[in-house]
Amino acid sequence: MAQTYRKLLVDPMVDNNPITLQVLGICSALAVTSSLAVAMVMALAVTSVTAFSSFFISLLRNQIPSSIRIIVQMVIIASLVILVDQLLKAYAFEISKTLSVFVGLIITNCIVMGRAEAFAMKNPPLASFLDGIGNGLGYGVILMLVGVIRELFGSGSLFGIPILQTVNNGGWYVPNGMLLLPPSAFFIIGLIIWAFRTWKPEQVEEREYTIQVAEAH
Amino acid sequence: MPEQGSGTGWWARFRALPVDSTPKTLAVAVALCLFCSMVVSLAAVSLRPTQEANKLRDKRVNILQVSGLYNPDIDVNKAFEAFEPRVVDLATGTFTDAVDVATYDQRAAASDPEMSDALDDDPAGIGRRAKYATVYLLNDEAGNLDKIILPIHGYGLWSTLYGFVALEENGNDVYGLQFYEHAETPGLGAEVDNPVWKAQWHGKELRNDAGDLKITVSKASPPADQQVYHVDALAGATLTSRGVDNLVRYWMGDQGFGPFLENLKQGNV
Repeated sequence: MAQTYRKLLVDPMVDNNPITLQVLGICSALAVTSSLAVAMVMALAVTSVTAFSSFFISLLRNQIPSSIRIIVQMVIIASLVILVDQLLKAYAFEISKTLSVFVGLIITNCIVMGRAEAFAMKNPPLASFLDGIGNGLGYGVILMLVGVIRELFGSGSLFGIPILQTVNNGGWYVPNGMLLLPPSAFFIIGLIIWAFRTWKPEQVEEREYTIQVAEAH
Repeated sequence: MPEQGSGTGWWARFRALPVDSTPKTLAVAVALCLFCSMVVSLAAVSLRPTQEANKLRDKRVNILQVSGLYNPDIDVNKAFEAFEPRVVDLATGTFTDAVDVATYDQRAAASDPEMSDALDDDPAGIGRRAKYATVYLLNDEAGNLDKIILPIHGYGLWSTLYGFVALEENGNDVYGLQFYEHAETPGLGAEVDNPVWKAQWHGKELRNDAGDLKITVSKASPPADQQVYHVDALAGATLTSRGVDNLVRYWMGDQGFGPFLENLKQGNV
């Protein structure tokens, strides 16, 4: 049993990563990764929401009528997100200012809904809770990776501490402005997926079609 | 559950219904909504005082920063006591007691038709302007006016920028300018928060001797005698810079604090 729990936690990091394998939660990964501190708070917020929503949904899974199960999941997730947002506003005001609308948008994060529907509806509460933590952390790992690249080369700093002295502050480094814009996260996530699948070829999906070889005329 | 279906009361009959039946569906929906709404409202109500205190503190920190009085070790609320908040009637440029300075919220007033005017000529992109504005006066130890802190806001590229400008006692020399709330592009427009850029504002003048509003944010570097009215635009953030230019000129001009600053100069506020 301990082995299964361990697997639930560790699997989503690399082998079944919600971003690189399932390609979920990309939208927020684009928006909040331009600075590392914000990415980290976002990762923690998503992890706690996924874990607790999976836990509560799993507790109720035998009582939830299937005709309204999606809306029931949404209500639970939305309440948790509001709770996180209120707590951040009260105890981490600076960060809640930078995250602004993105905390609210955790509701629409496909990972949260995905785990609720795919795992928590069929598994007991503790397993669902760990699965939520695992998936949140898997999301967080990628978020931090993208955040390191974007903040280091986009603003020359990590966690706001200058590493490469930028020209604006009288140094030598000309920051790459594109890395601060959302599309750059697309490229970086694409490259990360490519790297993961080169490392673990079993993650490569099978082709849905084969290209026909044209006959010679 | 052994008792399921064996009782005769309505509760037992309800319990015996399948999960997907209409009564059970309704019951789950109602119970869940009630419970969740209670949790959410409990959190919102119980955390509100802390959140309000954060907001107030944040605003005060910004006022202290723009006046050059802030360092991370000071007691914000104590340091803030040096400031005297006053409400200014923007149309006449005089202090007014029409609203209570302790409770007046300029931002809320700007969307209240009773308390604000719709703007036809609106370079700052703010839509409506509140009739009154809260300004902060900083007196030196001898009790003479030292600095005036004025609230400013206007539209940049993505968002409305809210900030403060601190003027010297003559109402014409800029001591500092900073924004405390905006959502401009990080690394480009959000460089309005860059200390190096903000430092440029120090020592600039709003008007020339003839009283014409000269301050501008622009890319082109003007002749040497005009440098005192010129702030260099942000590289890569043309639209944010233009927004800052518009909003500073708007609020320092005749539609904004112009009449107040003029009265201040004459000594009759």
